[in-house]
Amino acid sequence: MQERLQELQEEALQKVAEASELKELNDIRVAYLGKKGPITEVLRGMGKLSAEERPKMGALVNVVREEIATKIEEKQKVLEEAAVNAKLAVEKIDVTLPGRPVNKGNHHPLTRVIEEVEDLFIGMGYTVAEGPEVETDFYNFEALNLPKSHPARDMQDSFYITEETLMRTHTSPVQARTMEKHKGQGPVKIICPGKVYRRDNDDATHSHQFMQIEGLVIDENISMSDLKGTLEVFAKQVFGKEREIRLRPSFFPFTEPSVEIDISCKICGGKGCSVCKGTGWIEVLGGGIVHPNVLEMAGFDSKKYSGFAFGIGVERIAMLKYGVDDIRHFYTNDVRFLTQFNRHES
Amino acid sequence: MFVSYKWLQDYVDLSGMTATTLSDKITKSGIEVEGVEKKSEGLKGVVIGHVLEREQHPNADKLNKCLVDVGGESPVQIICGAPNVDKGQKVAVATVGAVLPGNFKIKKAKLRGEESNGMICSLQELGIESRLIAKDYATGIFVFPNDVEVGQDALEALGLDDEVLELGLTPNRSDCLSMLGVAYEVGAILGREVKWPEINKVESAEKATDFIQVKVEASEDNPLYVAKVIKNVKIAPSPLWMQTRLMAAGIRPHNNVVDITNYILLEYGQPLHAFDYDRLGSKELVIRKAHAAEKITTLDDGERDLSSDHLVITNGSEPVAIAGVMGGANSEVQDDTTTVIIEAAYFAGTVVRKASKDHALRSESSARFEKGVDPNRVREAGERAAQLISQYAGGTVLEGSVEVDTLTIEPAVISITLEKINKLLGTSMTVSEVESIFTRLQFGVSVDNETFTVTVPTRRGDITIEADLVEEAARMYGYDNIPTTLPTGTVTPGHLTDYQQKRRKARRTLEGAGLYQAITYSLTSKNKAAQYALDARESVALAMPMSEERSQLRLSIIPQLLEVVKYNNARQLDSLALYEIGSVFLKQDGEQLPEEREHVAGAITGLWELNQWQGEKKPVDFYVAKGVLEALFDTLGLTEQIDYRQSEKEGMHPGRTADVLLNGDVIGFVGQVHPTVQKELDLKETYVFELSFKAMAEAAVEPIQYSAIPRFPSITRDIALVVDTTTVAGDIQKIIAEAGGKLLKEVSVFDLYEGERMEPGKKSLAYSLKYFDPERTLTDEDVTKAHEKVLAAVKEKAGAELRG
Repeated sequence: MQERLQELQEEALQKVAEASELKELNDIRVAYLGKKGPITEVLRGMGKLSAEERPKMGALVNVVREEIATKIEEKQKVLEEAAVNAKLAVEKIDVTLPGRPVNKGNHHPLTRVIEEVEDLFIGMGYTVAEGPEVETDFYNFEALNLPKSHPARDMQDSFYITEETLMRTHTSPVQARTMEKHKGQGPVKIICPGKVYRRDNDDATHSHQFMQIEGLVIDENISMSDLKGTLEVFAKQVFGKEREIRLRPSFFPFTEPSVEIDISCKICGGKGCSVCKGTGWIEVLGGGIVHPNVLEMAGFDSKKYSGFAFGIGVERIAMLKYGVDDIRHFYTNDVRFLTQFNRHES
Repeated sequence: MFVSYKWLQDYVDLSGMTATTLSDKITKSGIEVEGVEKKSEGLKGVVIGHVLEREQHPNADKLNKCLVDVGGESPVQIICGAPNVDKGQKVAVATVGAVLPGNFKIKKAKLRGEESNGMICSLQELGIESRLIAKDYATGIFVFPNDVEVGQDALEALGLDDEVLELGLTPNRSDCLSMLGVAYEVGAILGREVKWPEINKVESAEKATDFIQVKVEASEDNPLYVAKVIKNVKIAPSPLWMQTRLMAAGIRPHNNVVDITNYILLEYGQPLHAFDYDRLGSKELVIRKAHAAEKITTLDDGERDLSSDHLVITNGSEPVAIAGVMGGANSEVQDDTTTVIIEAAYFAGTVVRKASKDHALRSESSARFEKGVDPNRVREAGERAAQLISQYAGGTVLEGSVEVDTLTIEPAVISITLEKINKLLGTSMTVSEVESIFTRLQFGVSVDNETFTVTVPTRRGDITIEADLVEEAARMYGYDNIPTTLPTGTVTPGHLTDYQQKRRKARRTLEGAGLYQAITYSLTSKNKAAQYALDARESVALAMPMSEERSQLRLSIIPQLLEVVKYNNARQLDSLALYEIGSVFLKQDGEQLPEEREHVAGAITGLWELNQWQGEKKPVDFYVAKGVLEALFDTLGLTEQIDYRQSEKEGMHPGRTADVLLNGDVIGFVGQVHPTVQKELDLKETYVFELSFKAMAEAAVEPIQYSAIPRFPSITRDIALVVDTTTVAGDIQKIIAEAGGKLLKEVSVFDLYEGERMEPGKKSLAYSLKYFDPERTLTDEDVTKAHEKVLAAVKEKAGAELRG
């Protein structure tokens, strides 16, 4: 019997080793280990053995069975893995083909600049004030220390609708309206983004419609140095940490003293290049200390309160920041232009 | 203002400076120097020559053969084409080896067989603009006065060895519209004295008052009028140095008298006018407002209609000049003039501006009056002009002047404390620093216990209040020296308003859905302004548009977006998805300002999905546009408040357009552009929407309230209903939702079938209904009960049958 078992084991293991498919292996399992298999038959024949030999023989049968089962299992793993690999090989795709496109739009570059500036100033305690684009002569000019006969009105030829109403030429009327709402009580801390309109022929550097962001702070101890500090924060945020600012005296009817603010040229780092016309500086802002007439007209006591105001041309910022060379691009809305601003930049 | 660097040195010492270093300093202290022009740039080797002989070129009618002494060992032969060249003239000669503008090198040449050793130059050839060249030399070579030295550098004689600073003056700094004004500014910057021109009065015994009377009938507009009379004048060209200075400043020389008035205008900033006494036609000057229907022919030969808004100088009966703007042709100084009246006056800025604007006449003179001249320089300017005329036009100045003076302009006296200056600037200047600044500016200043009392000279009419003094202190102290701080004081919370936050969320949703933000113009044509308007209101028109194309304010955004689509389509950009959030403008009866309402609009065309290599393409259709809106409403929490209703709207496809309702009110529409319009604009199938963003943002929205995550399973039942083709899915959906009761949580349509397997006039709509009870597991019976109600309701209300 023992020999018969050895024989069966060898025979079975041989077949397992030769098996190349899972089905074949299963057949071997059924054939050798199944109820009708030869090993079971050997077990049945154990009744003829002596009581001493029977357990020995039983143990031997179990060893053989286990040996065959183990080998089948090992082989099964091998075959299964091969089957999986074969399937995977068939499923192989070209991963270099493009992915399924996801529709994705984005901000207009001007909105991008505006939101960046808004967020910066909100972080410094400002709110965002807005107002009408069609304004009264009063809010657009007179409340800003530009009476009807003021020569500075020449500086901004305007689109009038009636004698008394016009397309606003700056977002300053929003400042005037906001101050009025405060009824002489500070502090006021606002920025005013929005569209403005001037009588210009559209060309590479002029647009009859453009955007501005103005800022206004009124409190009891506001000084020119505060304006300087605030705009330095702005310049570094929008144009990069290395930027420096420079104030130059200037004139605006609604501020006194007035300044123009230059930012050190981003392109050449201040050495002088074609963008900054060799000066190392680029003019980007105007501002100053709020004119006492403007404060008084809006109901603020100019002895108690002082303030600063500044104005930024949004297109100018975007043109400098992104190297755009023609202001008309912002209003043509060529999608080849719009789609260039759809990602993060640090 | 163009400032000759050489001329400026007449009034202020510029030693140790160059034009460039001075420019930097001027810019830093407040007046932007926009450019420095080196007049001799690109010029070399031009000398003064003496034409010894001139004869006709033997082989050319239009050429002259000249023998010219250029200061060399022997005279040279030069062929010259200028019609005015002649023997005895002193002329500018570009000798062999000279360089003229445009890198034009002068070489020895042969012209029609005759040797030419250089070129006799016109002023244009020396880089002077044609508009600045005196009429006599406009079409030929320039002829020097006889006293110039042969062989001398011609550029020096022409004042081209100079640099000119172009000042960009802001409207408040009209004091620098004069050389003296600039000298004060430069003097303050450098801490140097200002030297005034000396006036040597030489007057005859005859009295000016015997020649002319002056009467001012509008003293508010003309508080000071000074007339000087000069006899025996000989009109001739002005001296070369004066001509060159005028040209450097951008003024064309005419004759000695006119040039002198212009020279004084530049020197003092005081415009003057010269009348021909004999052509005046009377012995009086009456200054008054013009009468209606009065006319004058001005020096430029234009006939001008006058009105009572305009101030005129008359001879007692008719106008001889528009005050401060331009003289009349009738009293113009001409070559035969012998007696001149020089007018030096103070005219009010407003009256001059009005006339200059009405007649579209902007002159050097009007520009200065408009901004205000120094009242204390009027008289002196007149005196200096008279003296120069006697000196350079051989005239005799009559004794005294004829004046009407009602002027009462006192210098401004302003007090300010050191504390105020330092507080407003954030600086810590000392008393002596501030005092020295005011002294350098040549303001009168006295100090009492840190309070400055400053007397501002009348030339600085821009300084009237404390803040103006603060600015003077700041700019002279230097903005670079001001420290950098941030505002301290009351802390304010920074935030966006609810409305602004909604706008940002709307943008992000639309962009997330694949739309790019466009920004278009608010101004449009009359025709486009009203197209696709949500409200049939009148549009707002500009009073004086620059073009019809930009003459009205838009009532809707869609026409602008369609323009953008058209632009892009014309450039092979066929698939587009754009939106804009911006204002439209609606005229309001009885209101000064129009209503400005923010709208959100979009335009989508071409392919919505494109996966090329997998062969998948999905064109944009109505439901793409509507899906975008649904996402938008969802973001804003408005889904429950929104309804759609089939709509017919001008310019829109009648079968593919829906009104959008918010709580029952129409707030906009979505749909396909009418095929006829598409064709007109050369567009492919394009879907648009426009909604009142204001209405959306102002609608009340519930706060978010958590509801429990279901613990029990739901049961889903699908039904297919046969309905009339005219029945709309939204109605059925509403009936189902109402009838399903509490247990019915979701209804969604999942199939629409119209076709041959249906009876004519019928279609099939299939819905999926999800039942669910948060408290327990539903039984089949519960669901069946609810479901039967649903079926009964759709049958009763919409005649819907279950599809067999």
